[in-house]
Amino acid sequence: MAEKIATREAYGNALAELGDKYNFVVLDADLSAATKTSTFKKKFPKRHFNCGIAEGNMMSVAAGLAAAGKIPFASTFAMFAAGRAFEQIRNSIGYPGLNVKIGATHAGITVGEDGATHQCNEDLALMRTIPGMTVINPADAVEARAAVEAAIIHHGPVYLRFGRYAVPVINDKSTYRFELGKGVDMRDGKDVTIIATGIMVDMALTAAELLKAEGVEARVINIHTIKPLDKELVLDAARKTGAIVTAEEHSVIGGLGSAVAEAVTAGVPVPVVRVGVEDCYGCSGAVPALLEKFGLTPANIVAKAKIAMAMKK
Amino acid sequence: MDKAKKQLLLKTAAQVRLDIIDAVHAAKSGHPGGSLSIADVMTYLYFAEMNVDPKDPRFTNRDRLVLSKGHTAPALYAVLAEKGFFPREDLLTLRKASSILQGHPDMKKIPGVDMTTGSLGLGISAACGMALAAKIDGVDWRTYAIVGDGESEEGQVWEACMFAAHYKLDNLCLILDLNGLQIDGPITEVMNPTPHDKKLEAFGFNVIVADGHDFVAIEKAFEKAKSVKGKPSAIIFKTVKGKGVSFMENQVSWHGTAPNDELYEQAVKELQARL
Repeated sequence: MAEKIATREAYGNALAELGDKYNFVVLDADLSAATKTSTFKKKFPKRHFNCGIAEGNMMSVAAGLAAAGKIPFASTFAMFAAGRAFEQIRNSIGYPGLNVKIGATHAGITVGEDGATHQCNEDLALMRTIPGMTVINPADAVEARAAVEAAIIHHGPVYLRFGRYAVPVINDKSTYRFELGKGVDMRDGKDVTIIATGIMVDMALTAAELLKAEGVEARVINIHTIKPLDKELVLDAARKTGAIVTAEEHSVIGGLGSAVAEAVTAGVPVPVVRVGVEDCYGCSGAVPALLEKFGLTPANIVAKAKIAMAMKK
Repeated sequence: MDKAKKQLLLKTAAQVRLDIIDAVHAAKSGHPGGSLSIADVMTYLYFAEMNVDPKDPRFTNRDRLVLSKGHTAPALYAVLAEKGFFPREDLLTLRKASSILQGHPDMKKIPGVDMTTGSLGLGISAACGMALAAKIDGVDWRTYAIVGDGESEEGQVWEACMFAAHYKLDNLCLILDLNGLQIDGPITEVMNPTPHDKKLEAFGFNVIVADGHDFVAIEKAFEKAKSVKGKPSAIIFKTVKGKGVSFMENQVSWHGTAPNDELYEQAVKELQARL
């Protein structure tokens, strides 16, 4: 069994580790223990600023810091970053193209017991519509750490999506290389491609194993950068396998599935079937039960893969 | 204030008002009322208060101005043009598709604009971020943020005020343009945000109240603001919306309307008399 670490944990650790190498500051909105920016605060107390429960102000403060040459990370739950502070992110950070990094934790339904008000299944869709915004959704702790460093090096606004729930580490720390905007081929296959992001990448690999047992060779691609999307790789998959299934812990509206469908319909039209939270709200519950309830499972990916393949010409 | 300085400020402010009317008339849209109410304070800031350099608009240690009430961009553009950040002729391109002069301030397109604003409530927070950056670096440049009285109905303004006091941003000067009117009517009738002085005091500000059309009073207010350490300052400038153009003064209808050719001629005549 692979080691399990929540990507928010990796985020906090990455900030603390990279704080020596890069001169950034961190803002939080009274959630530092949960977002894990507290790990950074312990090491760099003078570079951590609590903004209190005022997320809109925090985003615009981050914009002001960036306008004066700082690299600020602004952290809160995805719901209160992409959701509540959408307009501040759009107008204070996005439009002037300021160098702000938004570290959004507790994304998706794996928030668990807190329920629907805190389960943001819309953040990728919202952030993806902002021109110039880079949107990253790492699959595990290794990728999360690498994404944080890539975000620091990249000049411009970046939205980083992290989860609350501990998920398996699927990448090898010693060999892993993160390239912004580049998808990662995780497994080769000729019959169908599963394009997954975030915690669904691990499930996509499991789904590919299940499909193999039924004689289906599935290619698996990890898209950690939702925007800019690696269209070249997506179209290559469309061309070579002729059918695509997308998998994300996010609404089926507006996120990875939509981004892939947009690219595919404009380039190499093939069936695209989406796995994600259907057009509905989440609910309270233990995470495994919620993943099952909302169809975020290898079994559902397998089922949707068969539907996609059946639609092939 | 010596006579020469006062004369220069009076003359510059008159030209700034003329520029505002020229620009809004040429654009056939825009916000003259709140631009004219803040014209004197804005003139003072750029000609007597702030450390800025039109030849090097982005030099690191400059003072920053955030026009949080971004719709009064014509006042900012007029002052920047008079100061030499870009040619005065550019003002006549205001709001046109090929112009750098956007309807609301744009830091990427316009030399001298320190922060992109327009959506109310956001600018004062960004100003807090700038002031915090200066504190982190231990440098002494100052940040000025101009907030509208109608804008103060935005909750984010008070989130920002809390933040400024909490981090003791004494290098931040909040400027409130208290002209008493917003688009839908008098501020006390639309959604009463008063009393600003007591509220800002309660939020931890050093509060100064001054006449926003008297350069001697404006100078004193800024001097007082700079002298107080350990907390942010707020200057509440009592102003007249539409100040300087008789038919626009205290008229809600001139919040966001451009004058027609006939009224434009009248406004120009009135303003030229003060040059």
